[in-house]
Amino acid sequence: METLERILAEHPFFKDLSDPYLKLVTGCASNVRFEPDKFIFREGEEADQFYLIRQGRVALQVFLPDRGSITVETLEEGDILGWSWLIPPYHWHFDARALELTRAIALDGRCLRNKCEEDRSLGYELLKRFAHIMEDRLSSTRLQLLDLYGVRS
Amino acid sequence: MVSAPDVHGKSADSVVNPMLPALYTIQRVKRETDDTFTLELVPESDRHKISFLPGQFIMVYVFGVGEVPLSISGDAAGTVLVHTIRAVGIVTRVMSRLRRGDKVGIRGPFGTAWPVQEAQGHDVVLIAGGIGLPPLRPVLYHVLSRREEFGKVVLLYGTRTPSDILFRDELEQWRARFDLEVHVTVDRAQSGWRGNVGVVTTLIHKSSFDPQKTIAMVCGPEAMMRFSALELQRRGVSTNSIYLSMERNMKCAIGLCGHCQFGPLFVCKDGPVFRYSHIKDLLVKWEI
Amino acid sequence: MSTTTPLRIELSAIDGIISSLRQQHYTVVGPTVRGASIVLDEISSTSDLPVGWMCEQAPARYRLIKLPVDSLFAHTVGPHSWKQYLFPPILRLFSANRNDGEIRIGDGLPGSDVPGAGDAVRPYAFLGVRSCDLHAILIQDKIFGGGPYQDAYYRRVREQTWIIAVNCTLASATCFCASTKTGPKASSGYDLALTEVITEQDHYFIVEVGTERGLKLLEGLNHRPANESETARAAELVEGTASQMARSLETENIREVLYQSADHTRWEAVAKRCLTCANCTMVCPTCFCATVEDTVDLTGMRAERLRKWDSCFNMDFSYIHGGSVRSSVKARYRHWLTHKLASWIDQFGTLGCVGCGRCITWCPVGIDITEEYRAIRDTTLTNLVPSSTEEVENGNA
Repeated sequence: METLERILAEHPFFKDLSDPYLKLVTGCASNVRFEPDKFIFREGEEADQFYLIRQGRVALQVFLPDRGSITVETLEEGDILGWSWLIPPYHWHFDARALELTRAIALDGRCLRNKCEEDRSLGYELLKRFAHIMEDRLSSTRLQLLDLYGVRS
Repeated sequence: MVSAPDVHGKSADSVVNPMLPALYTIQRVKRETDDTFTLELVPESDRHKISFLPGQFIMVYVFGVGEVPLSISGDAAGTVLVHTIRAVGIVTRVMSRLRRGDKVGIRGPFGTAWPVQEAQGHDVVLIAGGIGLPPLRPVLYHVLSRREEFGKVVLLYGTRTPSDILFRDELEQWRARFDLEVHVTVDRAQSGWRGNVGVVTTLIHKSSFDPQKTIAMVCGPEAMMRFSALELQRRGVSTNSIYLSMERNMKCAIGLCGHCQFGPLFVCKDGPVFRYSHIKDLLVKWEI
Repeated sequence: MSTTTPLRIELSAIDGIISSLRQQHYTVVGPTVRGASIVLDEISSTSDLPVGWMCEQAPARYRLIKLPVDSLFAHTVGPHSWKQYLFPPILRLFSANRNDGEIRIGDGLPGSDVPGAGDAVRPYAFLGVRSCDLHAILIQDKIFGGGPYQDAYYRRVREQTWIIAVNCTLASATCFCASTKTGPKASSGYDLALTEVITEQDHYFIVEVGTERGLKLLEGLNHRPANESETARAAELVEGTASQMARSLETENIREVLYQSADHTRWEAVAKRCLTCANCTMVCPTCFCATVEDTVDLTGMRAERLRKWDSCFNMDFSYIHGGSVRSSVKARYRHWLTHKLASWIDQFGTLGCVGCGRCITWCPVGIDITEEYRAIRDTTLTNLVPSSTEEVENGNA
């Protein structure tokens, strides 16, 4: 448990989170590992975790009947994977699949949700951090949608 | 009496006319992707041999069709002039049909260069978007030829789809080096693509360089460069250490035709490579 | 060089100047009446000049008026400017010939046997260059000959060109050279500068000599040092011209004002009137933008590149694959005016406007550069500068 706590403390996502909160969060954390091509989660499943990727690469995918699994974004070491655990009805919107051997710390969303409800300031701390990530992903997605490298005719 | 000032004390008669192209022969044509190809050119006579700095550009003329500004994608230390060209307009489309032995006219090199001298002793971060990779390749050649003079070297390359990736073989070689960090990403993946998906700016916080001692060179569509510069700043790179290569309409390449004006600047002679701090206010004045 | 005492020459000496220059194989170019306006063209005697004509100018208005005197230079500037000779509207830059896969490219300059920018031209003598236009030529000297790259054609032609200036003794309603400090009196850059004086009994010219060759030209002609009252009369006329000017451009802080005003609402207002016809840029004596046009003949063996005047008002001007950088009218007008009055200073160390007023006269909807700038300046100065100092004071309190 001590090493998990240290890993979390050193991660930019949890930077400056107070010690008691860090301990709370660590209580909901566990080490996980995914073999290449393994699904981490799948569209429609209940979202009760999020992941802090420590190693490897993960593809967020949508399956299209005529085109197969299309990757819309890839995440890797240092990235946070998943926020559907925060937002009702707590279901995943995409498939997440390990592209290579991936190690991560899984955080139990249900456990965290309960703790956040009990302690609103922990909830605020976590939401603030997720808001930052969402903002990042949203602006990247907007840029991606611009199709900047396409030839206009 | 008032007369036009002398250049290097030469009379008007002996001044080389910068508008007159010199003939070059195509030595090799290489298809890179569906719409992009590389030409290797050699001068018809030694008199017209040019030397250039990474980042400079050439005006290339196709007989009777027209002239376009093209960045140089080859090694500045090499003996051939290399251009990697995307066929998007009339001239470049005709160019894409030229073959070995055909002739083109060239003028140049023109414009400012990437800060390869200033980058010595620094970490070097190259960020390329789409057809912005070719103008940065000479920097990479230069840096790799004297690798020990530079700190960490990072190449971040984003393009539209996996089939638009340029210089695949070289990218593989570069990626295999231990002294070079290479990340490639695409905006749109096809099924089966196992590489990165996402805009190139997302790679910036994932690569390892020391923002305090980094020189960043960015080349690609203007919006991509703006957002890359913001992301670099967020990582702590100073606006003085970020360089962008601008694109504007060019006809003369020597500051006489007025087309490439960007505020008070002429992209052809004050650029195309600009220090970000120098142009960042202009970049957010729309239609300037 | 310039001589200290001005000279007096008679009306007849003007013909002497013209014929002497023509004998030396100069193409003498001067103002002449064509249709309903005074244009520039080759002249062979004073009778080709606009004898007894003056022009009335106002925004989008130009007409000639016949005077009861035989003046030569009572008019002001017309739709043409001298740039059409030094920077021709169409110039062949080079030709290329293809034969059996071999291509020869040449520009007609020494060392090239293929025609191009170096094609033979007879040297020019400009007669009747107004101070505003003389300043415009000096500005184009900087553009085409002052940087690391030079325009081979411009330099070659310009070096031989004679400039016989004429100081203005009448201003048009669109003139504002006094405020841009580019007239109405020619101060330098000429071979000779003339002031036409017409009194009830007399018609003569006061001549200031700017070059040795100018002085030499006068040698065969009847001239004498002007007396004090003749010189004073000429000076009075020119000073009178300056005070006639109803328009002005406030040049103080002009660059700063415009750089602060990229988002000014006035640009939207003027864009509603501007037709982007490019007239202002065509008649402007300093506008220097050009495009190139590549052509090939029907055999496919002979190609040429032509340089043609272009205008920043044209949509294609700023085209980069897929679109134009300045597609709105607002952006194009803003670019033109800001270039003339602000960025030109950064680029060439001088205003790009010489106060000739052509862009006002020849604008089909009568847009007035002085009025547009004043509108921006008035609101910018009151809105931006005072409020920013106030804020600092309040902030410190």
